Amino acid sequence: MKKRRAVIEYLLPVFAYIALIALLGIVFTVLVEGLPLFKSYSVFRFITGKEWRPTSEPPLFGALPLIISSIFVTVSSMLIAVPIGIATAIYLSKLSNPFIKDFLKPVVELLASIPSVVYGFFGLVFLAPLLQKIFHLSVGLNGFNASIILAFMALPTIASLAEDAISSVPVDIELASFGLGASKFETIFYAVLPAALPGIFTAVSLGFGRAIGETMAVLMVAGGAIGIPNSIFSPMRPLTVTIAAEMAESPVGSQHYMALFSLAILLLLFVIIFNLLAEYFRNKFSFKRG
Amino acid sequence: MKRVILVALVIVFAGVLFAGCKSSQPTEQPVNITINGSTTVFPIAQKEAEVYMNKHLNVNISVEGTGSGNGIAALIDGTTDIADSSREIKQGEIDKAKANGVNPYEIPIALDALSVVVNPQNPVNALTTEQVKKIYVGEITNWKDVGGPDVPIVVVARDTSSGTYEAFIELALGKGVNIIDKAIVQASNQTVKNTVALTKGAIGYIGLGYVDSSVKAISYDGVLPSKETAKNKTYKLSRYLYMYTNGQPTGAVKDFIDFVLSSEGQNIVDSVGFIKVK
Repeated sequence: MKKRRAVIEYLLPVFAYIALIALLGIVFTVLVEGLPLFKSYSVFRFITGKEWRPTSEPPLFGALPLIISSIFVTVSSMLIAVPIGIATAIYLSKLSNPFIKDFLKPVVELLASIPSVVYGFFGLVFLAPLLQKIFHLSVGLNGFNASIILAFMALPTIASLAEDAISSVPVDIELASFGLGASKFETIFYAVLPAALPGIFTAVSLGFGRAIGETMAVLMVAGGAIGIPNSIFSPMRPLTVTIAAEMAESPVGSQHYMALFSLAILLLLFVIIFNLLAEYFRNKFSFKRG
Repeated sequence: MKRVILVALVIVFAGVLFAGCKSSQPTEQPVNITINGSTTVFPIAQKEAEVYMNKHLNVNISVEGTGSGNGIAALIDGTTDIADSSREIKQGEIDKAKANGVNPYEIPIALDALSVVVNPQNPVNALTTEQVKKIYVGEITNWKDVGGPDVPIVVVARDTSSGTYEAFIELALGKGVNIIDKAIVQASNQTVKNTVALTKGAIGYIGLGYVDSSVKAISYDGVLPSKETAKNKTYKLSRYLYMYTNGQPTGAVKDFIDFVLSSEGQNIVDSVGFIKVK
């Protein structure tokens, strides 16, 4: 019995470090495959170049349109998903009755388990013609379509985690607020929400990660045009789409192959920067008791 | 409980051993054939290899789609038995091969016709080479300039690394021409077709095998794409697809090539959307 416990005590940390090993492995691979590009192609030209023509002669690896597309699509999907997600969370945790909550929360969470290719199909077949009609667009495959689809994909993460955050705010805060004569809405917005902010930041940053990294659905609905988008209704080619669409056809070890890994480095950087920012805000607004 | 698991494990293990023995009993000497090259030819080669391997259990064929140039380079280097190509071998490549003691032998296995397609609601039925070119480089941006309604043209293209993209550039636009950067870019023939079918002002190009009633193939320089016009070369956007071997094929490679050119093999060509040559 004692032996078994000792084994478990040694094994558990090993398992816990597997995630770290995987992360390091991924970062290492991406850097090793991507960085050699900059021996033959300047970083400046890569980041600020306006043309992505990987197979022309000579090839151009201007990632700016792809970066702008990624930012466009992710930010606008967050603009849709964050308000809806937080509103859903407030309703579920504070305003609905337990029966509605027990029904609605699993429904929202079910959205998270729909495969992304199904989302993409929905955007392609249903949303694209609809947007074309409503906004009189010449084409329904564009950044806006992708943003809506991504918003739906990020919504369950944001709503569910924000709901947990709001529900776990100690009840004495609420009671104190009521005791001071605050109304239900004043209590929610001035006492409960500020206390839940760190948790909400976690929710938003995970939703953001889902949105910026999503590939399949975006590949199907974003349109894929390589030009710099001039509005949210332009067809776009985010970073993930470029990597997924071109990786299979680029010869291993070629400049194009390295450039695709360099795009992956950019994606990693974005996610890391955003997570650091979220961490910063989480600490800044973290609720201090006592 | 433990005993049950043990018994189950033994059964599974025995099963695996048994299955392993059965499949590793060679009826003939195992033969490996490698095929490398064009991504356009890849679906044909892949399907032919699958069907062929089902009939010849001792033959193992590995198929890679790395591009025509890479396939021919591999043939010259002797790292592949068959090179798939969606274009004729270039003189420079023949010289290089000769210098390496390799003698490329050309076998046309299929025909491909790129069909220019528009939405069925579009009244335009014909475009000239010049008009298609101007549309794809962005000099013509409205259907009214080519005899259609006042609807902006939505250009649909393929990813720059696709074989069909290369063929279209080469046959319709001329080498080195860049498609406008506003073009919708799709990853496959199928998704190009879907986009054109759903978008009123769209124009795209797909393999003949993908054309159906959801899109309208238009005549190019007065010729409609079809198996006949592709065969007699009156349709300008048609091309042969080739397999290249080192010298006349012999042995297992010959047997496989014969299969590809047999009526069964040519039906496979037909079923994956290309045109038979036999």
